Amino acid sequence: MSSRPPVQRRWSGWELLLLVPLVSLFTPLYNGDEPRVLGFPLFYWAQFLFVPLGVICVAVVYLKAGDRR
Amino acid sequence: MTVRWTELVVFAALFVLVTALGFYAARWQRGGTLDHLDEWGLGGRRFGSWVTWFLIGGDLYTAYTFVAVPALIFGAGAMGFFALPYTVLVYPLVFLPLLRLWSVSRVHGYVTPADFVQGRYGSATLALLVAVTGIVATMPYIALQLAGLEAVLRTMGLNGGGLAGHAPLFIAFVILALYTYQSGLRAPALIAFVKDGLIYLVIIAAVIILPAKLGGWGSIFDAANAKFTATKTPADGILLGPNNQLQYVTLALGSALALFLYPHAVTGALASRSRTVIKRNMVALPAYSLVLGLLALLGYAAIAAHTKPIVNAATGRADSNTVIPMLFEGQFPSWFAGIAFAAIGIGALVPAAIMSIAAANLWTRNIYKAYLHRDATTEQECRQAKIASLVVKFGAVALIVLIDPQYSIDLQLIGGVIILQTLPMVAIALYTRWFHIWGLVAGWVVGMGWGLTLLYGIPNPASGKQHFGGSALALNKLSFLGWHPFAGSQLQIYVGFVALIGNLVIAVLVTIVLRQLRVFNGTDQTTPPDYLEDEGSPNLKPVAGMLR
Repeated sequence: MSSRPPVQRRWSGWELLLLVPLVSLFTPLYNGDEPRVLGFPLFYWAQFLFVPLGVICVAVVYLKAGDRR
Repeated sequence: MTVRWTELVVFAALFVLVTALGFYAARWQRGGTLDHLDEWGLGGRRFGSWVTWFLIGGDLYTAYTFVAVPALIFGAGAMGFFALPYTVLVYPLVFLPLLRLWSVSRVHGYVTPADFVQGRYGSATLALLVAVTGIVATMPYIALQLAGLEAVLRTMGLNGGGLAGHAPLFIAFVILALYTYQSGLRAPALIAFVKDGLIYLVIIAAVIILPAKLGGWGSIFDAANAKFTATKTPADGILLGPNNQLQYVTLALGSALALFLYPHAVTGALASRSRTVIKRNMVALPAYSLVLGLLALLGYAAIAAHTKPIVNAATGRADSNTVIPMLFEGQFPSWFAGIAFAAIGIGALVPAAIMSIAAANLWTRNIYKAYLHRDATTEQECRQAKIASLVVKFGAVALIVLIDPQYSIDLQLIGGVIILQTLPMVAIALYTRWFHIWGLVAGWVVGMGWGLTLLYGIPNPASGKQHFGGSALALNKLSFLGWHPFAGSQLQIYVGFVALIGNLVIAVLVTIVLRQLRVFNGTDQTTPPDYLEDEGSPNLKPVAGMLR
């Protein structure tokens, strides 16, 4: 295995997107009842919205950041 | 209590179906030999995107999800919703490290996370610690699956007292043990299709029909709010209180960091064919998180529907795990309740099978082969793993028979605290070898010791327990050799998080000293490019089953 060409780990700026979902740890942002959406208090619908947010961030990293990680 | 025959017949029919699938799985996508851990323990290491999605989804979103999380919401409210941010955070956090683990494992043929640690540090001691921690943390997790299965069986009327009351659970588990023994990881992979299909069907029906019957989501939340306002405990409610927000956040983050340290999660990932399969799944798996969030809210629906948990005849206490089964029993026709019970029951079998396989792989690779039988052949390894999978399962049955299933969620929280202590050895080691072997060992000892001591000291006023009453630590109880830095603070924090910080601090300090003294730090079998290899590379170690 010593004959392999050296492969360097390359950081991509896109990978910073993986930190965006950490916003869901900031409870004052969503720890309230109003406004309600479809009867769901803010606390619940806001956290449901974090699911697609996480998916978008990971998907963009998958598509944009190249493979050599 | 009388037996509910319609439900039982539907449940039994679906159980027979998955049993047949379990035995058939031995022949599905079969490689050249089943007598190799790559085949029995990792399904031939060639699952594509779809199979992996069902397998990991079936693996991570367990009976715990379907039974215990809604039960927590039913009992305590918003705190139980931590499961949603937990599963939101996990994929972005593990995306990059998991790819590195996959690559290095394929280059060197690693089957378990402890194999990787052995290769990375050349230290059997370190690998042993990771393996033992993994097995100990997995046992209560399997027991939790059993508690879910038993809740369903008891709801259907199989609610006997004493030891005989556990007989239905025992029978279901013997069957599971037999097909796992024969088919290995292929059995849960195939059954996961049925399990996840049923779960999606049940949850979609529940989310549409229940609010319609109970006056809409708005009145469901209002009913829950009224219940929590009426209780004296300030800690419950449909929103977080002033003291439990830090606990909510640290529990979500700690659980997210812990998830892919569990051996069964690693097993699911290593069984996939390529890095692309893992990447796609990190994008697609959150579909289950939506389902999880909706399921969790059924705990509130149960409040609105005035659901009462049934009394477990073996313990004489109300079993909160039966809240969701009883909700379905009360609100849906019998045949549909039977389908829901089967979804939960099969939802317990899939992860239980994968967990027992993962624990068996650890035992075989990192204890049996490393210490007891160094020159075991691959056939002997495989036979050993099959037997170990049986032992692990019956150990979990013993746990559930001897301990009140009410505590299953606490047991699992203890497991989470324990497994989190392997983060520096496994996850950080994927990026750097800066930590010293003995620094990691010292950190592990402190993290485990501190974590368990803190857990021991937490009472649970609700259940009247003095010790191991949960994982939320009031900050004023935190002391460093008598010094209370947060005296007077009622803020709560997740014990696992505190223990991990202690672990890391000690690991860093000991590492700095040992590096100054230039103490030998083992040999690294891996090279930087190993962490980047993908499917098709000539540097991957051939998989046994492909050599036909």
